[in-house]
Amino acid sequence: MTDIKAKIDVLPGLDPRAPLLEVNDLHVEFRTQYGISRAVNGANFTLSPGETLAILGESGCGKSVTAQAIMGILDSPPGFITKGEVKYRGVDLLKLPEKERRKVRANQIAMIFQDALSALNPVFTVGYQLAELFRVHRGMSRGDAKKRSIELLDQVKIPAARARIGDYPHQFSGGMRQRVMIAMALALDPEVLIADEPTTALDVTVQAQIMGLLAELQQQRNMGLILITHDMGVVADVADRISVMYAGKVVEEAGVYDIYARPAHPYAKALLESIPRLDMKGQQLNVIKGLPPALTAIPQGCAFNPRCAYAQDVCRQDPAPPSYIVAPGRTSRCHFWRDVVGE
Amino acid sequence: MSDRNDVVLETKGLVKHFPISQGILFKTKVGAVRAVDGVDIQLRRGETLGVVGESGCGKSTLAKLLVGLETPTAGSITVRGQDMTRLKGGAMRRARRNIQMVLQDPYTSLNPRMTVGDIIGEPFEIHPEVTPRKGRTKAVQDLLDTVGLNPEHVNRYPHQFSGGQRQRIGIARALALKPEIIVCDEPVSALDVSIQAQVINLLEALQREFGLSYIFIAHDLSVVRHIADRVAVMYLGRVVETGGDEQIYENPTHPYTQALLSAVPVPDPRLRGHRDQIVLEGDVPSPANPPSGCRFRTRCWKAQDICAQQDPVLSIRERSDHPSACHFAEPRDVVHAL
Repeated sequence: MTDIKAKIDVLPGLDPRAPLLEVNDLHVEFRTQYGISRAVNGANFTLSPGETLAILGESGCGKSVTAQAIMGILDSPPGFITKGEVKYRGVDLLKLPEKERRKVRANQIAMIFQDALSALNPVFTVGYQLAELFRVHRGMSRGDAKKRSIELLDQVKIPAARARIGDYPHQFSGGMRQRVMIAMALALDPEVLIADEPTTALDVTVQAQIMGLLAELQQQRNMGLILITHDMGVVADVADRISVMYAGKVVEEAGVYDIYARPAHPYAKALLESIPRLDMKGQQLNVIKGLPPALTAIPQGCAFNPRCAYAQDVCRQDPAPPSYIVAPGRTSRCHFWRDVVGE
Repeated sequence: MSDRNDVVLETKGLVKHFPISQGILFKTKVGAVRAVDGVDIQLRRGETLGVVGESGCGKSTLAKLLVGLETPTAGSITVRGQDMTRLKGGAMRRARRNIQMVLQDPYTSLNPRMTVGDIIGEPFEIHPEVTPRKGRTKAVQDLLDTVGLNPEHVNRYPHQFSGGQRQRIGIARALALKPEIIVCDEPVSALDVSIQAQVINLLEALQREFGLSYIFIAHDLSVVRHIADRVAVMYLGRVVETGGDEQIYENPTHPYTQALLSAVPVPDPRLRGHRDQIVLEGDVPSPANPPSGCRFRTRCWKAQDICAQQDPVLSIRERSDHPSACHFAEPRDVVHAL
């Protein structure tokens, strides 16, 4: 099983000292019959081993498309990566031929999807789908692959794994299916795990089980975890750093304590203020007026300007605000971040 | 507040079982899904009763029973002294006017082939006595204005609106017949956070303006805490604990409520590690075959022999200042204040 890892090691330009995952100025657009939809317009972030980076944003902000671009599973056409780099240990994945790319998937970077029922194949048993990974990527025999699959299901705490390996996805509950997804993602010991809304479809008590399991497995393996979510509670619980996305851009990046205490971008601030809090009982909730922009017609200048309380003339004109450095490791794409932070 | 006359809606022993049948020619009933199994709730004038619980606990079936979309297997629903389950024909139709519903998914609950004006005006077709035919367009435009939409948009179709705006259309439709009670079944769970806040503010403003009573069903406990005056926690078709919002959130006495509250992530990283994490084992049992005695006993860390033998009733107990259906009810501070 080491031979394929060895092949990856000879990827040209692989540098073990380079950052685990680095996304630079990523641009993705969808060319549709209604026009060009600019889903991602310059996403930047880095991920280190053992770290949890949360990508926070509302529907349509480009967070899932970013994940798909990193994984190389973007539907193309209509989706096209027009600019940017996705570097794994110094190797730009976007420049690799598909054959090499395929080896990186699941081996180095794996992903968990939101809806486990539609992500699993309904006509194959769970055991078959797990064993397939070992047979294709590791060239194991059926017997060995089955043995490894049972071990994996045990690791994700599925009771009576040996008996359940022959079950079909519909025979599992929602939480168990998500455990199977996690098992599949972790099968080949990836260094980076991308979890796209892993608990959105689940109840809170099951969510607690799954997030606990993810944290445990991450710690055991020192994996880098990218958690894509819109749930600010989950983020506050597990993330080390947060990238807030709006209209395809990372508008603020910061450590979790900093951003919850003193956000530096008006959107991040408004988002945090709009969740019901204890001390807000009986009062109006703060709202963000208006709607997120259509991705086919993103406003000039700062995309958030029509909804922003801090907006001035400079915000309504191109170029869009650059990424200001608020503090080491902390950025904000707002001309007036000093006012927002309250300095 | 506790005056009997203030109670606008009351259910007693409300039960809904869905039969499970087997066979093709000769269908025989082999069991029943006990979706709602003996629910007593009271709703007072101008009050919001939050109903929380996980999927499959029966909260949506309860909503359907209340508005008359399902017929109860047993029990009564009393609205202003009238038992809704015994009414028929015209009396039933008139009584139903008083309870309206806002549905969860604003994308599927509006007919895509009808204009907004037709959607909001449809209740007037069924209840023509509310607004005379001539005044209908005006009434619809007033309703659009009330929920914060542009009255000139009456001729638009649902797809021309965003999710939050569609939910406003759903609310306008529920308001059309000037009901006293609105049952909101997960009204904000399909919406983004920033839009969710707009809809919650609107619901609260309408309640103040029209003196509405809400049954607010949701799985998001922080939203319920914000809007509800009293809360009922459901598990497998039963109410396991009920009380004022502070009683439930600060001093939960039923183990299920405690586990539920402890599982909700708090949007404040400083509280990390300050929370009791009660992680429940396993999944909710099937409502077709609920456990004997207390239904929560299979996942409960306090369970004893008595829990399997005796079904705990929902009542005020020695160590609980509000009704709790647990033999060993006692308060536990789950979410420690900072």
